[in-house]
Amino acid sequence: MTREGWINAALYAGLLAVPLWAWATDEPFTITLATRVAILALAGVGLNIALGFGGLISLGHAAFFGIGGYAMGILASHAQSYTPLMETPFLIEGTKSMPVIWLVAIAASSLAALVIGALSLRTSGVYFIMITLAFGQMFYFFAISWPAYGGEDGLSIYVRNGFPGVNTLDPIQFFALTFVLLSLALWLSARLAASEFGLALGAARQSPQRVETVGLSPFRLRLTAFVISGAITGLAGALFADLNRFVSPTMFSWQLSGELIVFIILGGVGRLFGPVAGAALFITLEHVLGGLSDYWHVYLGLLLLVVVLFARGGIIGLLAGRRVAHD
Amino acid sequence: MTAILFIEQVLNGLQFGVMLFLMAAGLTLVFGVMGLINLAHGSLYMVGAFAAAAVAGATGSFLLALIAALAAAAAAGAIVELVVIRRLYDRDHLDQVLATFALILIFSEGTRWIFGSFPLFLDIPDYLSGPVTLPGGIQYPLYRLTLIAIGLVIAGGLFWLISCTRLGIRIRAGESDREMIAALGVDISRLYTVVFALGAALAGLAGALVGAIQSVQVGMGEPVLILAFVVIVIGGIGSIKGALVGAILVGLTDTLGGLLLPALFALFMDNSAAQTTGSALASMLIYILMACVLVWKPQGLYGARPA
Amino acid sequence: MRLTSFIAGACMAALAGAATAETGKVKVGMITTLSGGGAGLGIDVRDGFLLAAKMAGNDSLEIVVEDDQRKPDIAVQLADKMIQSEKVDVLTGIIFSNLAMAVIPAATAQGKFYLSPNAGPSALAGKGCHPNYFNVAWQNDNLHEAAGGYANSAGFKNSFILAPNYPAGQDALTGYKRIYEGDLAGEVFTQLGQTDYAAEIAQIRASGADSVFFFLPGGMGISFLKQYADSGIDLPVVGPAFSFDQGILQAVGEAAMGVKNTSQWNKDLDNEANRLFVETFQAEYGRLPSLYASQGYDTANLLLSAMAKADISDADAFRAALKEADFASTRGDFAFAANNHPIQDIYVREVIKEGDVYTNKIIGTALEDHANVYVDDCKM
Repeated sequence: MTREGWINAALYAGLLAVPLWAWATDEPFTITLATRVAILALAGVGLNIALGFGGLISLGHAAFFGIGGYAMGILASHAQSYTPLMETPFLIEGTKSMPVIWLVAIAASSLAALVIGALSLRTSGVYFIMITLAFGQMFYFFAISWPAYGGEDGLSIYVRNGFPGVNTLDPIQFFALTFVLLSLALWLSARLAASEFGLALGAARQSPQRVETVGLSPFRLRLTAFVISGAITGLAGALFADLNRFVSPTMFSWQLSGELIVFIILGGVGRLFGPVAGAALFITLEHVLGGLSDYWHVYLGLLLLVVVLFARGGIIGLLAGRRVAHD
Repeated sequence: MTAILFIEQVLNGLQFGVMLFLMAAGLTLVFGVMGLINLAHGSLYMVGAFAAAAVAGATGSFLLALIAALAAAAAAGAIVELVVIRRLYDRDHLDQVLATFALILIFSEGTRWIFGSFPLFLDIPDYLSGPVTLPGGIQYPLYRLTLIAIGLVIAGGLFWLISCTRLGIRIRAGESDREMIAALGVDISRLYTVVFALGAALAGLAGALVGAIQSVQVGMGEPVLILAFVVIVIGGIGSIKGALVGAILVGLTDTLGGLLLPALFALFMDNSAAQTTGSALASMLIYILMACVLVWKPQGLYGARPA
Repeated sequence: MRLTSFIAGACMAALAGAATAETGKVKVGMITTLSGGGAGLGIDVRDGFLLAAKMAGNDSLEIVVEDDQRKPDIAVQLADKMIQSEKVDVLTGIIFSNLAMAVIPAATAQGKFYLSPNAGPSALAGKGCHPNYFNVAWQNDNLHEAAGGYANSAGFKNSFILAPNYPAGQDALTGYKRIYEGDLAGEVFTQLGQTDYAAEIAQIRASGADSVFFFLPGGMGISFLKQYADSGIDLPVVGPAFSFDQGILQAVGEAAMGVKNTSQWNKDLDNEANRLFVETFQAEYGRLPSLYASQGYDTANLLLSAMAKADISDADAFRAALKEADFASTRGDFAFAANNHPIQDIYVREVIKEGDVYTNKIIGTALEDHANVYVDDCKM
């Protein structure tokens, strides 16, 4: 196993061990924190497919995170109040079943990613960063001012949604669910990176012309990556909403898009476990620094600066050493 | 809707637009010359407003406050450029986004540390307060007219600076081929610091000017920053002319959209519902405008080189 | 995680002896906004609450304070932490309605008490009411309704009304219209966080209104008032107290002078509890107390009054003790309606200048013994 492989294994084991230890010592809040890390890491894994593998710097991924969250919020709130979503032309009822909610979240965010991607990918570079930001802002303002689903107040779901055979209200069981999903996403992401599609995508990042000359369309490759990326981030949004039992327009905010990027860079761009390391570090910092000072954002900012300026490649890059540069 | 109301709203849109231009000009210059995305530009706007409020509070002079805003923002810009930004020129956009995102955190919480959590007071000077009557009987605040004038003068000055002065020649040369002008003996790193400080000073001035009619508080720069990005993307990154056109387009769209959309919906909805729906759509309007422009012209209206 | 743990009267414990110890202990978790935008409000609520705790010197009250950064997901996370790890009995402190909606239903469903020192969203006053949820400030509509009441008594016939386009803003205009009897010259929803009101001010000028009602909390109100004053329109303005509070007024300055606003509290309210509060608050923190500080102070005193009557381990008795509201409120008379929201007088204040400091003085009562319209929707 390579050094990065060992680090990944350690991270994976650590993310599993911490909540188990907390469960044994009856510290339910630590489990909640670990769940948060797993969910945000899942969102990061999604973004990493576009950003790390495809080189598509999206500053609007909060849109998919929010769509996933609202898929959960809207379905569960209708189930909670026993009112159907719509009656004509056919009846659609709300649901409190996680698998159904996940499927809807994935479908809705893929569709959004397809539309946003198809329009945004006509541009590149800074224009791409900004147009994705603009789409994110559109959803944000829409969610704030649309009164049907709570507007800025958001939607509260009183009881966590259910999963067959699992007591989701028990923190450790809910953690197990998110952990399984994160593992699946990591596996998918690893398979993707090694597949023909992943290689072509990487080639399209480095040299679109060459990809085109061998008869592949960089646009299609990127759009596919963007949709897969949006779908995974959307699923994370649905889980995040279930963790908090609450959705609100802040899930669409551009700061959240920024934070997702922060996870990836802290962890290491394009590294399989980068988002996991980044999310874990970010949540830990939030707790440690937050305890030290009311003005902890200053320290967080300084730390980020140091990482960007002096520790390129993030934590995993720092520990595993620079990869042989492909690009 | 009367003609007078419409003209007044056009003036409002224009005033909003020229202030956006002051922000956008710096951003687009920095991007054009150095190829750098600076998310922390909004923090320099905030620095200007806070410096102005502090100086106005101590001396009572609005003019001194404006000078302080220019100086403080330029100084902050120069320091940031020397310490952080110049390490980012040869990095990819991702690193730039993250590093300047970090700068926002530092500036915002640092300002709160120094000035506290409550908004600061900064007011229009007496000689500029109150309305004046324009031809046609329109009552319009003198201060806002002054803002339009200042904005247009600065826009003119910038065009002159870029096209007629030695600095402008260097800036344009830096945009097209930085290795070449370095080889010709221009001190490129000093040029970069000067351009960055110039952009920062304009943002600081905008912060102080606008702070007098809005509230001077931590985080005031971020909404403006996003709008300024929208402006330069619509106009084409690196183009001062594009920034001016984009700024005025965004200013007018935002102001007139907020007025016309609810009125449009009121034709076939009851008033309250029309208001909610109309203003919901109006708040998305400039982003829709931006998406449309980019789909139509992926490099913005006046963007020449691929970003 | 900010952990400004504060143990009230820890040194008193030794003196009080074992008689009251252990059984009567109440642990309070305060989640409030202490950093970022809106931090001024949370700081005032916290300071008012801690002041009351300190003055009571009750050693069985333990308070944990944490910062929600005005983010709903952080607030939920803190609530989980306080319930799961800190094992608090009572939660309080949230400033903003959207955060309240995220935390309160889940907390009360888990059997915790929640005492709201600020937010009072309508959803929690009507169908979503809960026996363990007490609002010590106001139902969100209250101050707007009072503004409508003032508009009637001032003889306004044609008001122009505006608020941001979000639930609290929509409730504000509904609240005003519920009591106000005149016509509307215009009704406008602005963007949340909007800073330039030139367009709305132009509409006001063109509308032929005889008065303006606005609800624009925080920086939005500062911007609006400055620009309104500069526009040369001199129609009377009325609004809820939020845009005229002690922390904000100094930033508005001259532009706020003479504006009427509605509030359930002011520092010149003539009662013993309020005089003591204003005096001690100034001595302790060196600034004038705000509306929010008074709400934090009242919340703590309500809790202390219940602690004196019942043990927290007997939830039913404690709930009944809270409901009696047997404490000396800084607002004078105070009682709970059937849905655990206040029944109180709401006053009209005018902005004045005392020396160099802008502040408010009471000029009349807008609504007497006012409850809220959601009482009948609440089944509990």
